[in-house]
Amino acid sequence: MPLFRTIRKRTEMEQLLEVKNLSVSIDSPAGEVQAVRDVSFSLKKGEVLAIVGESGCGKSMLCKSIMKLLPPSARIKNGSISVCGQDITCSREKEMQTLRGKVFSMIFQDPLTALNPTIKIGKQIAEAVLVHHKTYTRDEVYQKVLELMELVGISHPKERYHQYPWQFSGGMRQRCVMAIALAADPDILFADEPTTALDVTIQAQILDLLREIQRKLGTATILVSHDLGVVARVADRVAVMYAGKIVEIGTAEEVYYDPRHPYTWGLMKSLPAFAKGKESLYTIPGMPPTLIHPPKGDAYASRNEYALNIDYEEMPPMFQITDTHYAATWLLDPRAPQIETPTGGRKL
Amino acid sequence: MKNEVLIDVRHLTHMFQLTKKIKVRAVDDVSFQIYKGEIFGLVGESGSGKSTVARCLMDIYQPTKGEIWYKDVNVCDKKEARKNKKMLQTRRQMIFQDSASSLNQKMQVADIITEPLKIQHITPIRGSLRKEAAFQMEYVGLDESFLDRYPSELSGGQRQRVAIARSLSMEPEFLVADEPIASLDVSIQAQIVNLFRHLQEEHGFTFLFIAHDLAMVEYLCDRVGVMYQGRLVELADTEELFANPVHPYTQTLLSAIPVPDPIRERKRVLRTFDGEGLENSEWTEITPGHFALLSHTGSGKGVQP
Repeated sequence: MPLFRTIRKRTEMEQLLEVKNLSVSIDSPAGEVQAVRDVSFSLKKGEVLAIVGESGCGKSMLCKSIMKLLPPSARIKNGSISVCGQDITCSREKEMQTLRGKVFSMIFQDPLTALNPTIKIGKQIAEAVLVHHKTYTRDEVYQKVLELMELVGISHPKERYHQYPWQFSGGMRQRCVMAIALAADPDILFADEPTTALDVTIQAQILDLLREIQRKLGTATILVSHDLGVVARVADRVAVMYAGKIVEIGTAEEVYYDPRHPYTWGLMKSLPAFAKGKESLYTIPGMPPTLIHPPKGDAYASRNEYALNIDYEEMPPMFQITDTHYAATWLLDPRAPQIETPTGGRKL
Repeated sequence: MKNEVLIDVRHLTHMFQLTKKIKVRAVDDVSFQIYKGEIFGLVGESGSGKSTVARCLMDIYQPTKGEIWYKDVNVCDKKEARKNKKMLQTRRQMIFQDSASSLNQKMQVADIITEPLKIQHITPIRGSLRKEAAFQMEYVGLDESFLDRYPSELSGGQRQRVAIARSLSMEPEFLVADEPIASLDVSIQAQIVNLFRHLQEEHGFTFLFIAHDLAMVEYLCDRVGVMYQGRLVELADTEELFANPVHPYTQTLLSAIPVPDPIRERKRVLRTFDGEGLENSEWTEITPGHFALLSHTGSGKGVQP
């Protein structure tokens, strides 16, 4: 595994993951679906980046295209993905297999479908351990599995080892899926809506666990979610996606307390926390555009009450607000009219 | 209007038989009333028996013990229920959690919405079944052009609206919504919740709204019941419940509501509740309309009478 070794060595010095101008398209009978359009971001070691957006905005496609788990009809059209300075955009499946699990690993949305109902939990975790540590003896594998189960907070791992997924509650199942994902000690963990299938109390526990693992192992995490409220607890940085593009990216404080893109305002305002005592909840008017023929200008323009004429004509570039905070909206152009941020966000 | 009782649940218990010897108490001695024209919220973690209560209310499950009164009809009494079968089946409707699996994939939207009318042999008031379907579609905020589509061609929010339109086609009085927004995006959730609000305020529907998202419950519901392991542990007006939660489990639930504020959110301490003292506790009224299950042996944690 020469590629893998070089990658491990460089981890300490550089950006862990760098995505530049990535565009991904899916060929469908109706035409070419531009699922990810010109996305750039980077991820440092031990950082939690949250990607927030409506369903169908390309969040999951972005994660899958980094891990190269795309369906056969999809292809990377443009851009580059590099892990620790190594370009993996054109890597072959065989090379990717050495990276998956060790460099990046994924937690899926629904823990029930991610686990095999007919195999004992311990065995399913052991399978993941064995794939990555082929020289382990049976005893070593067993020890590693118990260690992993303890790490993700499953009590009585020795007894639980011999139980089946249906004997676990939803939260416990999600912990097992996390144990499998962590089997080879990955550098980057993709969590694709890990808490949507769970209820509030369990959701908070799983998020805390994510944070704890990230502290203990220094794993960088990309957390995909549709709920800004959920993300606030764990994210260091937040990226807001709309119609295949990142429209705003910044540290959690910047995005929550000083959002600049009208879409971020809309997402914030539709949370019930900001509607206390109000007659109705804010809803973003209209529907997200289809990605088969995305509109010429800003994709959000038709739903945006602050849209300028130029929004319908030209795509806004990423405007820099601070060193870490960027947003793609013409409202940030010096020539644009000054608009007071209508966010309900609590300012410091 | 507020004090007219529409649904009265008295000591409802439902047990599931797992094997010959093992029974699971899914709902254990639950009593509450739903007033006419209100939105009653039922919250709790998964497996706490919320859905079982809803299904008992809709006659999908036959309760093991206890009575459910709908107006002055005892729903659990088979003879009485049979006599009022048509009334019970049209006046009460249910909206399910997952609209993708509760709508028939092979039927067009217009047929889905009017199927209950066909089953109950009701003559459509607006002339034809199609006109009826179009009316209901408009009612829930969907365009007429969706009538000839199949559920798979619709987005999650649109499908949920079709499911709501179907339940409204019977012109019900009482609607049970079993986690209707759990599988939707935040902005779509807001649309559906606004629709529920509108239906209640303008048309006087009575709702039983089941959810685990407390932030939405706080916004939408008039009164809230909290369930834990099959038992109702607290029941109060929404404002009262969110301001002074008495039962430790309610406090746990409230501490878990995510706040869109990173700094406050990181400091937030999660509480845990292990079901301690649930066995020997009694249903007590703390202030008028605010009930909680409190252990009468110890002093009870955080009790402020």
